[in-house]
Amino acid sequence: MDLPMMLAGRGLGRIIALRLMRLGLLLLAAAAAAFALMKLSPVDPVDAYLGPAIARLGPEQKALIAAAWGLDQPVLTQFTRWLTRILSGDAGWSTAYGAPVRTVLAERILPSLLLTLPAWLLSGVLGFGLGIAAGIREGSLPDRIIRIYAYVTASAPTFWVALLALTLFSVNLGWTPLCCSGPIGALPQEVTWVQRLHHLILPLAVLSLLGIAQIALHTRAKVAELMKADHVLFALAQGARPGDIARRSIARNAALPALTIFFASIGEILGGAVLAEQVFAYPGLGRATVEAAMKGDVPLLLAITLLATLVVSTGNMLADILYRIVDPRMRGPAPVLREASEG
Amino acid sequence: MSSIETAPRPRRRPAALPAHLLSPALGLLLLAALGIAAALIGDSAMRTDFQARFQPPALAHPFGTDQLGRDMLARTLAGLGVSMQVGFAAATISTIVAILLALAAGLHRATDAAVSFVIDLFLGLPHLVLLVLLSFAFGGGTQAVILAVALTHWPRLSRVLRAELMQVQASDYVRSSYALGRSRGFVLLRHVLPHLLPQAVVGFILLFPHAILHEAGLTFLGFGLEPSRPAIGILLADAMKTLAAGRWWLALFPGLCLLGLVLAFDGIGNAVRRALDPRSAAP
Repeated sequence: MDLPMMLAGRGLGRIIALRLMRLGLLLLAAAAAAFALMKLSPVDPVDAYLGPAIARLGPEQKALIAAAWGLDQPVLTQFTRWLTRILSGDAGWSTAYGAPVRTVLAERILPSLLLTLPAWLLSGVLGFGLGIAAGIREGSLPDRIIRIYAYVTASAPTFWVALLALTLFSVNLGWTPLCCSGPIGALPQEVTWVQRLHHLILPLAVLSLLGIAQIALHTRAKVAELMKADHVLFALAQGARPGDIARRSIARNAALPALTIFFASIGEILGGAVLAEQVFAYPGLGRATVEAAMKGDVPLLLAITLLATLVVSTGNMLADILYRIVDPRMRGPAPVLREASEG
Repeated sequence: MSSIETAPRPRRRPAALPAHLLSPALGLLLLAALGIAAALIGDSAMRTDFQARFQPPALAHPFGTDQLGRDMLARTLAGLGVSMQVGFAAATISTIVAILLALAAGLHRATDAAVSFVIDLFLGLPHLVLLVLLSFAFGGGTQAVILAVALTHWPRLSRVLRAELMQVQASDYVRSSYALGRSRGFVLLRHVLPHLLPQAVVGFILLFPHAILHEAGLTFLGFGLEPSRPAIGILLADAMKTLAAGRWWLALFPGLCLLGLVLAFDGIGNAVRRALDPRSAAP
C-alpha cells in the first residue's frame, strides 16, 4: 500500500489536520507558559546581563537598559512583541554568549543533531532487535541477559554512566578524547570528520546504549504475547522455524508499539543529551540550555524551549499518526466498510 | 492434565523465597539499611580531614575520600537521604495531582479535553529542559529543585489513571448508578475513585525512581542544592572536576548506590503492581 492512497482516506486526513492544529495550539501554550515562567523568576535579566559590572551602574542606567529591552512595558505587550519577533525569525540577543540567539542556535544545532539523531536511531533499532531476540524465547538465557540489561540501564543515571565511560576509555585507556567535539584549540572549520567522529563516539555510545531499555522491554513483552497466539502455534505446527516466524509475523506486529515508543522517546534522548553534553563538554544545544539558565539568558532559554517543544511534540504527533497508518484498525471505520454497512 | 494428577507429585524443595519476591525483598532490605545507616553516621559526611585527601577505598574509608578528606561512604549515604526526601515529596505531590486531574477528566467532556491538553503540553517538552526552566523560574536553590521535581512528575501517571477511569466509567455498574439518578460527583467518588487507588499506589512507588534520577541530574548540572549539602548529583559533579586525575572511586560508588536505590524502588513498585493487578503479572 502506498502512502498517498492511505492519506486519501477521510478518517486519516481529518486526524492529521486535527493533530496539526493541536500541535500549533500546544506550541502557543508552551510559549506562553515558558514566557510566564521567565517572568516569574526572581532573577533580574538586567542584573544577570551586567554581572559584576553592576557596581558601576546606577539605578537610572539600569532603568535605561530595561527600557531599551522593553521590560518597562506590560507583560502582555512584552509577550506579543516577543512572539511576533520570534515568528518572523528574530529570537533576540543572547546575553550569555554575546551574539544573536539565531547565531548561537545555528552553531550548536549541527553538533547536537550529530549526537542525538544517530543515538535516537541506534537506540530504536537496537532496542527493537533485542526486544524480539528476548521475547521470542521467553525465559531463555539471552532473554534474561537482555532483560537485566534493560532494567539496569533504565535505572542508571545517564551522567554517571557517561562519567564512568569517560574515566575508563579516556582517562585510563586513552582511546577517546577527554572532551569537546574537536581537538582543543582547533577552529570548528578545521576539524576533520575523522576527528569529529572520534570525539563523538563515546557520547553517542552512552546515549544509544542507555536509550534502548524502554523500547526493548515493551517489544519483548509484545513479542512474548504474540508467541502465544494461535497463528504462531499454527505456523510452528506447520514446521516453520522461530526465525521465520520472527521475521514474517512477529516483527510486523511488534513494530506497532515499538514505533510509538520510538517517536515518544525523543524527549528522553534530548534530556539525556543535555546531561551527556555536560559530561563530555560537547558544545551542543544541551550545554547552551544549562548555560542560558545559569546566566539568566532569557531569550536563549525561551528559544531553546520552543525548539525542543517543537521537536518533541512533533515526535508525539508522528507517533500517533504513524500508529494509525501502520494499523488500519486504528483509523476508525474504513470507507469501504462504511459504504457496505450503509448499503 | 488429570492423568498426571494421580501420580505422586515430586515434593518441592522448600524454596527460601519465591523468585518474584526477591527483588522487592532486597529493595526493602536496602531501604531499611539506608535508614539505619543514615541515623548512625551523624555529621561525618561533613567532617574534613586534610591529612586524608583523595584516599582510594580502604578499610577506614570503604568508598575513599574526596578533595577535603571527607568520607565518601558517609557522603553517599547522606546524599541518598536527600534523594529519598526529594523522591517522597515528588511522588506524593505528583500522585495527588494525577488523581485530581483524572477525576477532573471524568467530570465532563470539556474538562477531559483540557486535562488531555495539559498532559500533552507537559509531555511535549524534554523533561529535563522543563526542570531547568522551572528551577530557573523558582530562582534556583534547594527549594527550587525540589519544587521543580515535585511539580513535573504527574503527566504519565495522570494518563494511566485517566485511561483507567474511562474504562471504569464505561462499565455497567457505573451506568446503572447514573440511571438510578446519582450525580457525577457521587459516582466519581464512590464508584470510580476506589478503582483508581491501586494504580495510584503503584504509580506512587514507581514515581520515586524517576524523581530521584531527575533530582540527581538537575543537581549535577549545577542547579539548586548548595554544595555544602551532599546530594548525589553534587558528589558526581565534584567527581567530574577531578576526573582527569583518574580518581574513579569518587564517581563509581555514589552512582552505584543511586542505581541500587532506583532499582530497589522499581522492584518494590513492580511487585506491588503484580500483587494488586494479576493481569500485569507477566515478568
